[in-house]
Amino acid sequence: MPETLARDDVYELKFRDPVKARALTAAIERVLDEIGRDRVSVMHVCGSHEQSIAKFGLRSALPRRLSVIMGPGCPVCVTDMPEVDEAVALALDGKIVATYGDMLKVPGTAMSLAEAEAQGGRVEVVYSASQAIDLARGTDEEVVFFASGFETTAVATAAVVLQEDMPANFSVLSAHKYIPPVMEIVAEMPGTNVEGFLAAGHAATITGSAIFERFVERHGIPVVVAGFEPLDILAGLLKLVELIRDGSAEVANTFPRCVTAEGNRVAQERLWRVFRATGGNWRGIAHVPNGNLRLRDEFAELDARLRFDIDLKPLWGHAPHKLLQSCICGDIMAGVAAPSDCDLFGNECLPGNPVGACMVSNEGTCKIWHQYGGHPEL
Amino acid sequence: MCLGVPGKVVSVDGQVALVDFFGVRRETRLDVIDEAVGPGDYVLNHVGFAIRKIPAGDIQETLSLYEILLREAGGDMMADDVRGEIEASRDAAPEEAARA
Repeated sequence: MPETLARDDVYELKFRDPVKARALTAAIERVLDEIGRDRVSVMHVCGSHEQSIAKFGLRSALPRRLSVIMGPGCPVCVTDMPEVDEAVALALDGKIVATYGDMLKVPGTAMSLAEAEAQGGRVEVVYSASQAIDLARGTDEEVVFFASGFETTAVATAAVVLQEDMPANFSVLSAHKYIPPVMEIVAEMPGTNVEGFLAAGHAATITGSAIFERFVERHGIPVVVAGFEPLDILAGLLKLVELIRDGSAEVANTFPRCVTAEGNRVAQERLWRVFRATGGNWRGIAHVPNGNLRLRDEFAELDARLRFDIDLKPLWGHAPHKLLQSCICGDIMAGVAAPSDCDLFGNECLPGNPVGACMVSNEGTCKIWHQYGGHPEL
Repeated sequence: MCLGVPGKVVSVDGQVALVDFFGVRRETRLDVIDEAVGPGDYVLNHVGFAIRKIPAGDIQETLSLYEILLREAGGDMMADDVRGEIEASRDAAPEEAARA
């Protein structure tokens, strides 16, 4: 527990309104009694949900019968090795690769961007696509924005691409991912047993909660959109177990202060004007049809994959890091294993020296559990 | 990364708003927000863009989690992510900052 926070604050933080929190967990307990099974498993798909659940100790407040699993909710973690390889190749080839800080240590086949930088590659950390454009304006050299993130972040990349007076030396290497299709993949995975999904409030701010209607129809399991506060999460979980109890496969929105059914149409219009959804691999998960966001043909001039002849062969002569072969990030993101099932977790694999992508990003399950402590019984 | 950060609009100039994030003033883009915003409105921001106007009745509820998080020291990942979101908005031009 951080020393900067007084005990009273932590109490306030943990439960905000302890009476409400207790009422919610008691209600969840009652619904689980009515379901009557030993185990009910639900999945969320958002690193910020996991941070909040772990930081505020929600798993220990929840009945053990309810298993709350983090799925593939970390965009950095699911960035595939060949995507990292493309950025590494460009950096080693003298292009300035601008990217979010979380991407630096994500392993590629031969090396991460941080390792490429140590070998003389050009890598700059930015907090936004606009800062990458500023970099390009300040130089004549080629600046490639290696863009990661789910649809919420892709909207910002789209908006930047649509801005006028784009510097001629700026391009985008998109590793953006689209969440709804991967929920389909995980729902169909053998051994997952996910009975309902908690969807991330802020991603749904953009897409709207109605985006999940088709999923619910197809898979017959409920989806509840929830916010990030401890009480928001508990309220979302209560609604989810109620829907599971009732056998109601429907979409519910417990975060109406930010999410509407139709979402932010202006943002959606920008997103789909710039990007198209196409199939691609998510690291450790599977090939996800329509899971990758790539620039449309109209923006070919800005697409680093088309602008440069990216040669990955020199990188593919290397065997991947030896420890990486025993990393179980993929199983963790698919919800069939927990960080505590991994021999490397907390031993060879630490935030300062991560083996797998889940220990790299602030949104990775392993890093979150390492900082805040996990719940081994998960 | 998907937590975003709320801030109060100080002034608007075309597609750019000067936004106060818990005492730090920075410029946020308004290209993708679906409602008109003006001074005094609260917006939820993600990587330098306002993505949602926060309904008036929900502002205090939305701010409180962030206020508590920002009291955390560096190294707390939720606090770091929120600070990163503030960094994602641009430094205000000096004259803008002065006028505000």
